[in-house]
Amino acid sequence: MTTPDPRAVFEEELMRIAPDADLADVGPNEDLREAVDIDSMDLLNLVAALHERLRIDIPETDTPRLTTLAGAEAYLRERLASA
Amino acid sequence: MGLYRMPSLGADMEAGTLVEWLVAPGAAVSRGDVVAVVETQKGAIEIEIFETGVLARRLVEVGETVPVGAPLAEIRAPGEAAAEAKGAEEERPAETVAGKAPAEPAEAIAPAPPPERPPSPAPPSPAPAPAAGRPRASPAARRLAEAQGVDLAGLRGSGPGGAIALADVESALSGPAAPAPRRATGLDLGEMRKAIAAAMARSKREIPHYYLSHEVDVGAARDWVAARNADLPPAERFLLGLLLVRAVARAAGRYPELNGFHEAGGFRPAEAVHVGVAVAIRGGGLVAPALHEAETRPLPELMAAFRDLVARARAGRLRSSEMTDATITVSSLGERGVDALAGVIYPPQVALVGVGTPRERPAVVDGAVVPRPLATLTLAADHRASDGHRGALFLAEIARLMQEPDSL
Repeated sequence: MTTPDPRAVFEEELMRIAPDADLADVGPNEDLREAVDIDSMDLLNLVAALHERLRIDIPETDTPRLTTLAGAEAYLRERLASA
Repeated sequence: MGLYRMPSLGADMEAGTLVEWLVAPGAAVSRGDVVAVVETQKGAIEIEIFETGVLARRLVEVGETVPVGAPLAEIRAPGEAAAEAKGAEEERPAETVAGKAPAEPAEAIAPAPPPERPPSPAPPSPAPAPAAGRPRASPAARRLAEAQGVDLAGLRGSGPGGAIALADVESALSGPAAPAPRRATGLDLGEMRKAIAAAMARSKREIPHYYLSHEVDVGAARDWVAARNADLPPAERFLLGLLLVRAVARAAGRYPELNGFHEAGGFRPAEAVHVGVAVAIRGGGLVAPALHEAETRPLPELMAAFRDLVARARAGRLRSSEMTDATITVSSLGERGVDALAGVIYPPQVALVGVGTPRERPAVVDGAVVPRPLATLTLAADHRASDGHRGALFLAEIARLMQEPDSL
């Protein structure tokens, strides 16, 4: 089994929710809620999709860590390593 | 033989384009079934049927644009089946065949449910796929494609996650195999803006609005949601917005003069509470489809329906009942918005509740100043149907319900 690339998976799922976003323009530590205009429903759908694809638990209290590209990559790597 | 007509999907709709038939001639249909897709200014709408019978003949082909009220199909009522079974081309009066043994299976001729309520929507899938209404593309690519009439759906994207980048559109334009321009179904934001303009201009012209505002402490509801979500997978989690919708629906049930329609004959209160939830469309635009039976459905079911509704609103795939059934609207500014909104009522409704962004602010609790998450609730209501006194009681009731999340 190949290890999924968390950054690629995250960007793919983010693009599903914000199809018009230009992630090349988004800084690694920029708040995605502002940068690509996602709301709480979008964020919930994003977390649900990541949970489904990566088969990791993402407690709601960790959701704030998924609001930047760099933060999300670090968090998902951590969760995948401990899974 | 009855006629199924182009429905009116809002005060501002004049015509619609039939883009897809979902039921073949001869097929049985039941009240509430989605039978076709119509393109309107608010996207592609799945239109439902309000009778039970058999779709005998289509009268409009895919691609045709017809006005509201134009016949789309002939519907054979249960009991009329025998006439068609004989293969008669001539139109027989219904009386001559009534009472003959129907050729349809029993379930197709089941009597229609009582007509006083609109049919419940189909149960939503618990975890709807994210919106898939239009191809992913960068804003620059989208602009160029629009200017040049290139259909993004026909392009292969080289950007992140397969998104279409500017270069992909440029190469499609220069290459010999540029796809023919095609009018894509889905959301046309320019048309949606026109629909919003028409409805809101009518609202401001006709409705004597009055406005009230009230601060509500959302701490109890927020903590209740957080505690409930702690051990649940994402697909089963709630949002604070769900409790707000529920509290508004419960309060609307208690103050019926804020829940219904103002039409030619005056105000008519609604039987149930169908909350229109204002959904912002990416790129600009707004639609407020109905979340059915928001007062009574179990919260987990309501949450699943809420997610499904928002996803379909953004993908441009709502159902006709969702476009017309809302009895009151909730517009929430989300978590990073501003403090308050003064709403414009969506006619023929008579009230709109605005929910400002909850923020930690100083509050006085038991004589001490403490930080509390406060949100400003506003009410825009139609003075022809209610007065400020009742409106104030209604807002206070929402605030009270939010302090008792267990009771929601």
